[in-house]
Amino acid sequence: MSTELPEPASKIELKPGVGGGGEIPTFNITLRVRRYTPESTADAYWEDFKLTMYGTDRVLDALHKVKWEHDGSLSFRRSCAHGVCGSDAMRINGRNRLACKTLLKDLDTSKPITVEAIKGLPLEKDLIVDMEPFFQSYREIMPFLINDGHEPSGERYQSAADHAKFEDTTKCILCAACTSSCPVFWTDGQYFGPAAIVNAHRFIFDSRDDAGDMRLEILNDKEGVWRCRTTFNCTEACPRGIQVTQAIAEVKQAILSRTV
Amino acid sequence: MSKTSSGTLYRGREGMWSWVGHRVTGVVIFLFLLVHVLDTALVRVDASAYDAVIATYKNPLMALGETALVAAILFHAFNGLRLILVDFWKQGTKYQRQLLWGVIGVWVVVFAGFAIRHLSLAFGGH
Ligand code: HEM
Ligand code: SF4
Ligand code: FES
Repeated sequence: MSTELPEPASKIELKPGVGGGGEIPTFNITLRVRRYTPESTADAYWEDFKLTMYGTDRVLDALHKVKWEHDGSLSFRRSCAHGVCGSDAMRINGRNRLACKTLLKDLDTSKPITVEAIKGLPLEKDLIVDMEPFFQSYREIMPFLINDGHEPSGERYQSAADHAKFEDTTKCILCAACTSSCPVFWTDGQYFGPAAIVNAHRFIFDSRDDAGDMRLEILNDKEGVWRCRTTFNCTEACPRGIQVTQAIAEVKQAILSRTV
Repeated sequence: MSKTSSGTLYRGREGMWSWVGHRVTGVVIFLFLLVHVLDTALVRVDASAYDAVIATYKNPLMALGETALVAAILFHAFNGLRLILVDFWKQGTKYQRQLLWGVIGVWVVVFAGFAIRHLSLAFGGH
């Protein structure tokens, strides 16, 4: 016709079925989980789950999908789902990671994604290990402020420069990704392990704390810092980006010089 | 634990594999020294037996073995210096990867120099 109607300004061509969550691309993955169900089978075994996941999903979402829609017996720990609580450290494609901080799209989805429990701690079921030996070492380094001086009426002051000495090691969420990535810890469960040393470092280099020497003495043990072989697995695994090997090296040097 | 914990091999990076290399070469050097102390001690027991043992070393297979031993010692020595820096130099942990590439670079140069000389002496018939 000769009369043309102006097109409405807001007109957008939508393909049928598009809208809501549909814009997020989906893809298929194979989740290969190391199962361990002592009540029915003596040995651990691999089990594959084929899943359709979204581009925004993490490994934790894939585990949820398995547990909620495929096999409710799959067991794993998680709480916050946002990298804060430290519950869901596991071995993803052979390296320790938090399932809730590992996006599926960052992994090679053309191959099965392997998920296993962390190494070196007694396996209880599927992805759950007994964390007690880990927390035992943590308790032994006395992870709390010890101060012999008078109780201050206000806050305990600290300069920014003094705080900077241990700022990095305050970030630990006790997920055990570091300790269970350590080849020394795998073969020698008595070794304090990176996480305990990181948390000792946090107080040893705190100018408000008076028990640095005691903690250095504890870590000067034969199962202490000298077990460290500097493989850097811990630094690479830490989900908080803590320079773990650096912290251990600083404790080694502090033991030798005792300048704290 | 042994049955249940076996899964995939942990995929460490440069730090872990250089440690594996350091331990393997350390053990290899130790085993060599053990044999070497024994064969050298033989000279005080029976000098002609010592000469006979040493003579068996002069063959191409031993030349290759010696080359491998030197390769192991060189890696262990250079990486050992790197580990000392990692432990005691303030910037050591930050540059551990670059230090490893340095170790590998120096190792390649020194080992190539040795291998060319040693193998041409052993196989060149000079
Ligand atoms: C050439 C001079 C050498 C240097 C600079 C050197 C240096 C080192 C250093 C720094 C370490 C500690 C590694 C760590 O902290 O992880 C070490 C470990 C070791 N070295 Fe040597 N070393 C040398 C020669 C030797 C020799 C001759 C032997 C054999 C008898 C040997 C056998 C070992 C062994 C078995 C280890 C233990 C490896 C481990 O615990 O992972 N090293 N070496
Ligand atoms: S140092 Fe890092 S990897 Fe180790 S327990 Fe703390 S947060 Fe986890
Ligand atoms: S679930 Fe809390 S850190 Fe991952």
